[in-house]
Amino acid sequence: MSSSETATDAAEGTEAEEAEAPPRDDRREAILARITEVLGDAVVGSHIRPGDDLWVRVDRDAWPDVHELASRRLGCTYFSFLSGLDWLPSPFGRDMDSQEDILTKGTEAKEPAPMASGYAGGDTRFQVFSRVNSPTEAYGITFKADLPDDDLSIRTLVPIFAGAQWHEREAREMFGFTFTGNPYPVNLYLPGAFEGYPLRKDFPLLSRRVKPWPGIVDVEPMPGQDSDEGEGEDG
Amino acid sequence: MTAVVPDAEQRAYVAAQAADARVNVEFESEGMTLNIGPQHPATHGTLRIVAKLDGEQVVSCEPVPGYMHRGYEKLTEVRTYPQINTLVNRLDWVGSFANEVPFILAAEKLMDVEAPPRAQHIRTILFEMSRLANIVLFLGDLGAQMGGVTAVFYGFRDREFVLNQIEAVTGGRFHPNFDRIGGIKDDLPKGWIAETKVAMQKVREFCDEVEDLLIGNEIFKMRARGVGVIPADVALSYGLSGANLRASGVDYDIRRDGGAPGLAYDKVDWKVITHVDGDCFARCWVRLQEVRESVKICEQLLDTIPAGPIMAKVPRIIKVPEGEAYAETENPLGIMGYYVASKGDLTPFRVKIRTPSFNNISVVPWVAKGVYVPDVITILASLYFILGDIDK
Amino acid sequence: MSTVATILGELTPAYWQSTLLRVLIIGILVPTGALILAIVFLFKVMAWMQSRLGPYEAGPKGLLQLVAEVGKWLQKEDLIPRGADRIVFKAAPFVILASTFVLYAAIPSGPDPAFAANVPTGVYFILAVSSLSVIGVLMAGWASSNKYALIGGIRAAGQLIAYELPMVLAAVGVVILARSLNLQDIVTAQAQFHVLGDFGIALPFIVVQLPLFVVFMAAVQAELTQAPFDMPIAESEIVAGYQIEYSGFRFLVFFLAEFATAFGFAAIVSTLFLGGWYLPIPGLADDLQSGWWYVLGPIILFTKVMIVSFIVFWVRFTYPRFREDQLQKFAWKWLIPISLAWITLTSVAVVVWQ
Repeated sequence: MSSSETATDAAEGTEAEEAEAPPRDDRREAILARITEVLGDAVVGSHIRPGDDLWVRVDRDAWPDVHELASRRLGCTYFSFLSGLDWLPSPFGRDMDSQEDILTKGTEAKEPAPMASGYAGGDTRFQVFSRVNSPTEAYGITFKADLPDDDLSIRTLVPIFAGAQWHEREAREMFGFTFTGNPYPVNLYLPGAFEGYPLRKDFPLLSRRVKPWPGIVDVEPMPGQDSDEGEGEDG
Repeated sequence: MTAVVPDAEQRAYVAAQAADARVNVEFESEGMTLNIGPQHPATHGTLRIVAKLDGEQVVSCEPVPGYMHRGYEKLTEVRTYPQINTLVNRLDWVGSFANEVPFILAAEKLMDVEAPPRAQHIRTILFEMSRLANIVLFLGDLGAQMGGVTAVFYGFRDREFVLNQIEAVTGGRFHPNFDRIGGIKDDLPKGWIAETKVAMQKVREFCDEVEDLLIGNEIFKMRARGVGVIPADVALSYGLSGANLRASGVDYDIRRDGGAPGLAYDKVDWKVITHVDGDCFARCWVRLQEVRESVKICEQLLDTIPAGPIMAKVPRIIKVPEGEAYAETENPLGIMGYYVASKGDLTPFRVKIRTPSFNNISVVPWVAKGVYVPDVITILASLYFILGDIDK
Repeated sequence: MSTVATILGELTPAYWQSTLLRVLIIGILVPTGALILAIVFLFKVMAWMQSRLGPYEAGPKGLLQLVAEVGKWLQKEDLIPRGADRIVFKAAPFVILASTFVLYAAIPSGPDPAFAANVPTGVYFILAVSSLSVIGVLMAGWASSNKYALIGGIRAAGQLIAYELPMVLAAVGVVILARSLNLQDIVTAQAQFHVLGDFGIALPFIVVQLPLFVVFMAAVQAELTQAPFDMPIAESEIVAGYQIEYSGFRFLVFFLAEFATAFGFAAIVSTLFLGGWYLPIPGLADDLQSGWWYVLGPIILFTKVMIVSFIVFWVRFTYPRFREDQLQKFAWKWLIPISLAWITLTSVAVVVWQ
């Protein structure tokens, strides 16, 4: 797919422009190359922070395959976690500078920013992401996969990493994803009859709907700007 | 001493248990469902374990967490970074300073700020002290769960020395809230280093005492040896961490292997402790030895604190630039990590908290098949979790 | 003092008078006074072992802690679970308490007639009566209609019955040496036990029966369901086991029964192995009928009971608990063979040297 080349090309382009500053991370580049070599088109995006971390975004169908590859051939046998990302900017803002601030200080309600994904790109609102570590080589890889809005399902990782079961249960109840093949898709944290998916951005923070937060403090402007009145951020 | 081979009798016991469990399941005799918890003295908080019993043997065992779910990941979306720092103290409330550190490290990664060496040093000292406070409590509590209640009192008594020192620096025994992006909040008070060295000595004595009283006790060894064996590959695939992983023989410690800049472990001479067996005794033993190593680390760090500022140049209002970062550290309970996704606001966009106890307890259904009810308690005790950590 | 003895010796009280006296002493004075002092002593010592203070609010230095406890438990609500078998539930604590108090009736605290009942088959009687408490435990476990209680009751049944045997066998060795089942005879036999030649001091049976003493102490620990044998009450697993549904007055009965049984068994141990109310005090050592023994006897017995209960509770607070299969193995593979072996040895020795 063309998007994979554009994503990696863009990353390499910026790195070439920055020339001296961050050194190339050969080890992570090699790992990324191996993944791309095996999975080919399924790798739709990637990002390397040199010396720090590697993000790889794969096609939804290749989700178990890339984990199998990481576990069997790249030595990443340690399963760290799995969860979801909802890139929709929250329609509720900070929820603290909502009613009270608007009333007392006349702050304008913020316009939510346009939706934009994070590292390694992303085309959809929801993404599944997971992290595996290598206990011997001291590095980790973060995998991401897009989930189309109309079909929030992806295959389960339980046959590869048994510990994924609890993480998938949590992601299911918090985001509404379906992990096909999960042996026990029952709510983990939430009570059985809970409606809604709390970690989605359009699910409000219920406690602030019930009662305004008593800890609202005013925001001090950045040094150098006009000084409004107000205390500093709680530190 | 790392290699201790379980004797043939224990191995035979384990095999017999597994065989018995299979037989009982095949008979499908009606068993009894027992709820261990959520209010129970043996679970560190409100953890509920639904156990299907056949007589005294567990046929299947399922932990039901969530009685203390506070919605941290949702809360972090509306809190500023210093506020999240306060919030996150309350995850593992026994060694609370340790919870702040990986979050601060992730934020510092995104802001491209590095704390000055003095701050890193003091951060590491407090991190290790929170490990001491946590594991000393574990060692004491081990007694309570096994039945030798005296160890609890010794544990709490000797933990006080460490907590007093943490309070002297941070102002809080349990929730220090001391780490800041770019450094730490305050400098050390006068005389603190000498007092902390005394506290370290007390902790060392406690280790000897508890080894004598509990870990070396024959009955404890009978209860814990050969019980709840977790092989290394299972431990890795479930994501166990901390002493649980190292007791199964996997030599993985984020302090050495993680590479998160911001802590001063590379300046200290210490070693990682592993054990081959993977049973309950191994886990308890590894933790005991880790306390001793921690004391060693603390003492070396106390001697070599560099002078300098304690806070880097960071704006008053923290707005973290756009990006994603993941930082993990070797917390007392295991590997704790924070995945911070930021959009350049005052508040993060998404924080995923990877807590060690979540993964540690997810292995309980696997490991508690076919054991007796007292063994379930032994296994839970040795896996060591804190409810706030499981439930976020 | 001999005048007192002569006066006492010439008293021929009527049956109702002596019965009243015995009921007063055995039923009320002894348990109350001894329990209060003993329990507070134990609490304080245990607290000292655990580096804490123990009771120190109720009364001067916490001496009236037991009175406070009794008052507290009495004023609590009396709950009976809905599915419980009411009659059995209510009767269970009293079965246990009854077996304990009957135990006290047979223990001599001085030469005749200073104790309640001179049972000719004392040892047999005591061991039989103490095993009545198993019925009480089972009743409590079953009638509570609670799974934890049931588990505790069944564990208790297995454990208590298993440890009857070591207890009986350990007592047999003493009986062989004393040639009598009567407890008073056992004390007098220890008063005349010059096994190491005529040193002038009689030795208690513990000197030649040390393994049996250890076995008996282990069995006593198990019969009391104290750690390391406290599977039935495993607090961190099944949260008080068979006692879990009891509150208020009934729990108080369990609580008191636990300590009372502990002291009762300690008294048995003292009588069988440590010489009972006898101590080779110079001047009084040979005169077993002297009037002094009426006063000194109970005091000596009380001291020995305190020492033995201290050991019982010391072990209780130090060791973790066994799992039941380990517990059973311990009884069957260790305690019983050891006691059988030592009994054989004792019998041979008695035949050879006498």
